[in-house]
Amino acid sequence: MTPVVQLENVTKTYSNGEVEVHAVRGISLTVQHGEFVAIMGSSGSGKSTLMNVLGCLDRPTSGRYLLDGVDTSGLDRNERADLRNRKLGFVFQGFNLLSRTTALENVELPMLYSVERLSSAERRRRALRALEIVGLSDRAEHLPNQLSGGQQQRVAIARALVNQPQVLLADEPTGNLDSRTSVEVMGVFQRLNNEGITIMMVTHELDIARFCRRNLIVRDGRIARDEAVPDRLVAEVEMQRLREAEAAAKLIASA
Amino acid sequence: MRLTATTVIALRALRRNKLRSVLTALGIIIGVAAVIAMVSIGNGAKSLVEGQIASLGRNVISVFPGSATTGGMRGGWGSSSTLTLEDAQAIEREVVGAVAVSGEVRDRQQVLANGLNWNTSVLGESPGYLGIRDWELAAGAMFTLADERSTAKVAVIGQTVVSNLFPDVDPIGQTIRIRNLPFKVVGVLKPKGFNFFGSDQDDVVIVPLTSAMRRVSRRQNLSGILIQAQTPESISRIQQDITDLLQQRRGGGEPDFTVRNQMELADAATATSRTMTALLGAIAGISLIVGGIGIMNIMLVSVTERTREIGIRLAIGAHDRDVRMQFLIEAMVLSILGGVLGVALGIGSSEIVSSQLGWPVLVSTTAVVVAVVVSAVIGIVFGFYPAHKASLLDPIDALRFE
Repeated sequence: MTPVVQLENVTKTYSNGEVEVHAVRGISLTVQHGEFVAIMGSSGSGKSTLMNVLGCLDRPTSGRYLLDGVDTSGLDRNERADLRNRKLGFVFQGFNLLSRTTALENVELPMLYSVERLSSAERRRRALRALEIVGLSDRAEHLPNQLSGGQQQRVAIARALVNQPQVLLADEPTGNLDSRTSVEVMGVFQRLNNEGITIMMVTHELDIARFCRRNLIVRDGRIARDEAVPDRLVAEVEMQRLREAEAAAKLIASA
Repeated sequence: MRLTATTVIALRALRRNKLRSVLTALGIIIGVAAVIAMVSIGNGAKSLVEGQIASLGRNVISVFPGSATTGGMRGGWGSSSTLTLEDAQAIEREVVGAVAVSGEVRDRQQVLANGLNWNTSVLGESPGYLGIRDWELAAGAMFTLADERSTAKVAVIGQTVVSNLFPDVDPIGQTIRIRNLPFKVVGVLKPKGFNFFGSDQDDVVIVPLTSAMRRVSRRQNLSGILIQAQTPESISRIQQDITDLLQQRRGGGEPDFTVRNQMELADAATATSRTMTALLGAIAGISLIVGGIGIMNIMLVSVTERTREIGIRLAIGAHDRDVRMQFLIEAMVLSILGGVLGVALGIGSSEIVSSQLGWPVLVSTTAVVVAVVVSAVIGIVFGFYPAHKASLLDPIDALRFE
């Protein structure tokens, strides 16, 4: 089976006037369908640059990147846009929903840019289906500022899912969320992953990375460690634990 | 092209910012409204002037007596008494293309009837006069050539005379007395209003030319001759022919008459209103351009403010062309919307001007179409730069933009 992501000795160098910054110094990586990968690293380690390359937002300086078997190096700006639209779904740290736009219209957005032409009824149907997957079908007509952070991130996940991508790329998806909501969002990811969706996620929180199946640690533009998660956390169990802890705290407070 | 989708996106973006959209369009709204209102008022004034000139008659050439010199004293225009009935008859006989000729004698007389009296202008004219002046009868009939030959005592009267002498009697068949001679009213003219010089054209009694010369004014010379040319194109040729004929009849020398045509008058009047319209149009055009710059200004601010939005769109698969089209469509929708609202406002304010100030107003379809098309073009021209700028953004930078 073709790996969904295949990096072959990818480098990325920014030349900032006289200074050359080697953000990525030769990364080779293979990710199969159905994996759930966390990319970790301190700031400046090159993980964001790696993420941009994986997301076809940026082109490697050298090396090859095959997404779903297709070499991306020869593609121009608009061809990469089409590739992002069809094969990738993005979830950002800051949610990046369009303000003053309903959840439903936000989720419809990628379909407006897809090569495939869909009727507005079909767009609506698919968007509602995606909202249902993230458990927000009752919030379809809400505006982002009427939703909590966790709900906004779930709308963003629905938007990333709506074109049925090969890979879901999440850039610190829990970075702006409290721990309880983080667990909730990770629960959504785990559920999607159990249904066979490949997910790659950047995070710097160790306990969040433990919800994934595989952890990559990037340091100085190289992969320093690549290992399977031994004691994987399950979101539902963690959620239950949090609830019990809260209940206990309430008991103490009322006593 | 994903034009439908892009249009949906652009309309959603405008709807998200209703107030800003309206404010942006305001420049165009005011510009277009100004164009429509000013052109309407200008056209109204022009049509008023044209109407007044048309009321003088169709393709009319007039001959007036010139200056007479008696014992070294020059009398000025109209003082010569050498224009005669024979001159009028010669023109009618010899000038090709003169469809109707009417000699004219003007006089002011006290007119009595129905126990009332009124000082009015008494005109001696030929039966062809009404045709030349493009004047119709409200009742009765014009006197005939036979009446003219027999110096009949018949008259056709204008509306002002009717209202002053016959306030509640049908004037047809009644008798009016001019210089104590009874004239029978055979016809009543339709109202014609004030002429270009401000005098009331309906304050008039028209009698056969011969009757006026022998019975009323008792004179041999004419106050003028009116000639109707067949076509507007033949006016200047006929004018020249008349000049030549009269000159020839006088055996050369300094001409004691003057020949004018209505076009000279019309030209002067329309030139004035044309200048006014052009001036107003220029002012309105400038305000349209200012409106366009307003759109560009807001669109540029909007592109900066929405950098992140553009980043999101690019990240999830928008082509640079999609982003460019989105902003272009936004600018065009704003300017066309502004154009349409401006047309409505312009027509509305023209109506208010016409009803409150009593100015004649004529809304021109051409102006409406041109205004809407021009505002769409302004949208494209002034929307292009911001749209292009938006389309060149890099998705990574745009997403990172705070």
